Formats: sequence, structure tokens, C-alpha cells
Amino acid sequence: MELLIALAIGVLFTVGVYLVLSKSLLRILLGTTLITHGVHLLLLTMAGLKTGASPLLGEKAESYVDPLPQALILTSIVISFGVSAFFIVLAYRAYRSAGMDDVEGSKGERP
Amino acid sequence: MNNILVLPILIPLSTAVILIFFKDKLRHQRGISVVSGLLTMLVIILLVTRVHADGILTLQMGGWAPPYGIIFVGDMFALLLVMTASLVSFAILLYSFSSIGEKREKYYYYTFFHFLLVGVYGSFLTGDIFNLFVFFEVMLISSYALISLGGTKLQLRETAKYLLINIVSSTLFVAAVAYLYAAVGTLNMAHLSQRITEAGQGGVINVIAVLFLIVFSLKAGLFLFFWLPGSYSAPPPAIRALFGALLTKVGLYAIIRTFTLLFVNDTELTHNLIAWMAAATMILGSLGAVAYKDIPRIFNYNVIISVGFVAFGLAAGTQDALDGAVFYLLHDMLAKALMFILGGLIITAAGTDQLSAMGGMIKKYPLLGWMFFILALALVGIPPLSGFAGKLLIIRGALDAGMLTLALVGLGSSFMVLYSLIKVFRLAFWGNEPGNKRPAVSLKGATAVAAGLLVLVIAMGIGADPLYAFVSQAGDVLASPAEYIQAVMMKE
Repeated sequence: MELLIALAIGVLFTVGVYLVLSKSLLRILLGTTLITHGVHLLLLTMAGLKTGASPLLGEKAESYVDPLPQALILTSIVISFGVSAFFIVLAYRAYRSAGMDDVEGSKGERP
Repeated sequence: MNNILVLPILIPLSTAVILIFFKDKLRHQRGISVVSGLLTMLVIILLVTRVHADGILTLQMGGWAPPYGIIFVGDMFALLLVMTASLVSFAILLYSFSSIGEKREKYYYYTFFHFLLVGVYGSFLTGDIFNLFVFFEVMLISSYALISLGGTKLQLRETAKYLLINIVSSTLFVAAVAYLYAAVGTLNMAHLSQRITEAGQGGVINVIAVLFLIVFSLKAGLFLFFWLPGSYSAPPPAIRALFGALLTKVGLYAIIRTFTLLFVNDTELTHNLIAWMAAATMILGSLGAVAYKDIPRIFNYNVIISVGFVAFGLAAGTQDALDGAVFYLLHDMLAKALMFILGGLIITAAGTDQLSAMGGMIKKYPLLGWMFFILALALVGIPPLSGFAGKLLIIRGALDAGMLTLALVGLGSSFMVLYSLIKVFRLAFWGNEPGNKRPAVSLKGATAVAAGLLVLVIAMGIGADPLYAFVSQAGDVLASPAEYIQAVMMKE
């Protein structure tokens, strides 16, 4: 199971990196989202995917899955959500006031 | 009561929250900020004296014993950095009163300022690797807001780049934490150090170490600094000073902490890598500092050179070199903040940041000119000033470790620093004033702030001996991680 997920994470990283290296700001944004997904899945996978009950004591199970990585992922998700929201608004602002969507076109001289 | 250890984080945090309610009342905002800055400094001076007397302070959040809870660790290294950061940020706060402009101030400038400080102090004090990530994010998100605040075209463009670099490096940070957790199964730094030693630093741990090095180097501008010169040119001078003095230093702190505490059992690979990266950073930074003719870029490349120099101290790894790295880090925070403030004043006075359009300012602004001159000498490391002791210790440590080439690169980069700063001094202050004469601008308040920092820079040079007692205590913990581990794991 870990191998399959690892392959999926690899694909997510590959596609994400490819998108980040493209020209349009929107595609870069999508790329960062995919990389973030990849890294969250990685966190889940690296802690082990052994079967067990969800980490709720009410389940009264023999064994539970590791609760720590789930907490870490939850933290990381909200952080990347905040940053993505900021990035989207920034891209919108750059598009509105500078007409900028093409990253290559945003080089040039200092103001 | 060890609870005092959380105050350097709690004070700016509550200040930032309170300031949200005073959006349009600038006088209140400034007053509260000043009070909070003074309080933080007071608390930290108390903390430093306490740690100097009794050794490392730890605080277990919520009373959970390590490694299960989050722990805050105040060793001398972290506390000295927090102390310097609080001094520097207070000076920058005073400088922003006169330089940032009402419009920016009204849009939560001081709130972001204090959230940034929360992130910086928290990163220095935490003893948990994932908590370090969270404090990094607190710091970075505030820095995104500060770098884009005002929304000029240049700022928008540079924020997009800065944001992208940091999103990528933050995801890599999470990936590195995931690998590390899979390899050793803990997140507490002291416990990690124990576990890595038990497991033996094999191939997997080395790969993780290099991944951490890449992450922190992206943040600190060690070799992977391609984003830094552009991004740090975009915001106004006060914010630039804050970034130049604090942000890269947090990355450096993280490198030093991880490579003196966690990955210490196989230094052959990692420390050689750091040494080469440091050399490349110093050389490339020197080239940039010499090449440009505008003040922001010259200064930004100077930031890069000093990052390389501190990393070089870490790579040398002897007791002397580590002491020197701490000393140089403290000096560099003070001196770089002063450099950016003086740079901001020069730009305000001249009305341009291009050196080719300046000249003859020494007649109207003699104080500013001579202050910049003394600062340039301090940054190069002329003996009575603050840069000397750190450089001397690092070079001596490197020679003990047999790193002659690197020592020569380090000394060579000092000459380049001198050349680039004296170029600024010569072109801005000597020569003839350019045709379009500008009326003299009053810079009294900001000059007083700069003078205060300059006094600290000089005092740090003259008082190097008493300060060394504190610095060597910091260096001891870096040289022998056992002390840190014992303080965290054994208490109670």
C-alpha cells in the first residue's frame, strides 16, 4: 500500500513541479497546490498505513492509527490554505493593477 | 518560575492582537508598540541574566513532559539572539515612525510587525521541529504581508516571487519532517538527537540532513539566495531593515541548531557541503556587492556575504569557530539593521537610490556620512568595532581545522565588503552635488535612532571581553549537544 501511495505522491510532485516551472501565474498557483497535496499525503504515508481504528478512544479498538501525523497534516493544511488564499489574491491584484499574468513578462527594469 | 520564558512570544502576540482594534488611531498604535518593545527587552534581559547564572531554562507547555509535549528551550544561544532581535526591532520600530508613512501605518503595519516578531522569537526559542515550522510560517506570512503592503507594481511582482520560493521551501520542510518522523519517530529536538545517535547516522539520515540543509538554505540565503536581492529591494527601508537584520538570521539559526544538535554523528558529508556552500555564497555575494551601483542591491549582497561567513564558522566546527559564529551573528543583526536604516536615510536625503545620481552629501549631512563610514569599518571588522571579534574567532577556528582556502575566501570577502561600502560612501558623500539641488531634509529623529544603534555597535566592539562570557556559554552548548539534551530530557 505504501508503495502505491508513494508512486501517487511522486506523480503529484512531478506534475506540481512541471506546473510551477510554467509561465502563467495561475498554473504556478495550481502547481503549488498539487505539491502541497503531495506533501500532506507524504506525511500520512511516512507515518505508516497499518490498519487500525480511527484515533477516537470511544472506538475501544485493539489498535489505533498514529494520531500525531493527522494533527501535523491538519496544521499544515490550514497554513497552506491561508498562504494559497493570499497567493490567489496577490495574483488577482497583480493582474488587475499591473496586467500581469505572464511571469516572463514581469522582468524588466526597476521602476 | 520558568513561565517567564514564554513572555518574549506572548508580549508581541498580545500586542499584535490589541493593535488590530486601533486601526485609525496612529498615536495609540505607536504608544502601545513602544511599550511592548520596552517590556520585551526588559523580560529578555532578565532571562539572559538568569540563564547566565543557572544554565539552560526549559518550559514544558501544558506540563506534558518531553518528548510528548511541546517544549520551549532558552539556552544562551537562543536568548542572545532574541535579545539582539528585540533591540534591533525596537530601533526599527522607532525608525518606521518617521519613514513608513501614514497610509501604510493605517493598514495594520504595526500588527504585522509584531506578528513577525512572534515568529522570529518563537523560532529561536522552540525545542520542537514541527513547532519550528509553524513559527517559520508565522514569520513568513507576516513577511508576505509586510513586503506587499502598499501594493506598488514592483512590490507585487517581487512578492509573487518571494511567496513562490517560500511556499516551495515550506512544503520541502514538511516533507523533511515527514521523512525524519518516519526514520526516528519523534519531533522533539533533544529526543531526535538522542534517537539519531542511537540509530547511527546512516544513509537515510544523511539524506534527510541534506534536505533540511536545502530548506534552511533557501530561507537563509545560503548559496540558494537567487530570490533575495530582488525581493529585499521591493519594500520600504524600514521593512527592508527588518528583513535584512532578522529573517535570514532565523534560517541561519535553524541551520546552526540542526547541525550542532541533530546531525552531528557524520559530519564528513554535511559539514563539507556547508563549507562549500559558504564559500560559494561569499564569492557570489562579493561579486554582486561589487557589481551593482544602487544602494538596495549593494546592501542585499552584503547580507548574503555575511550569511556565508556565519555558515563558514559552523562548517569549521571548532569551539573557537562556533563562538565566533555566535558573536558574528549578534554583530551582524545590529550592523545590518543600522546599515539599512542609514541606507534608507541616504535614499530619503538624496531622493534616489542610484549612486550615479548622488554626490557631495557630506556638506549637508556630515553626521550621516561619518556614521556610515564607521559602520562600514565595523562591518569589515576593524579592531575596536563589533565585527572584529567574531571574524577573528572564526578565522582562527578555521585555521585550527585546517581550512586555509576557506579562511582566505572569508578574508577576501571582507575586502569586497569594504570596497562595496566605501564605494557607496565615496559616491554618495564625496564629489560634487549633481545639478538638481534638493533642499536639505530634516532627518533628526531617524538619525538619533541610527546613532543609538551605532553606539551599540561600538560598545559591542569595545565590550567584547565581558560579552564573550555570554557568547562562550552559547558556544559551549553548540559544541556539546549533551548539555542541551540533558536540560530538556532530565528535568522533573
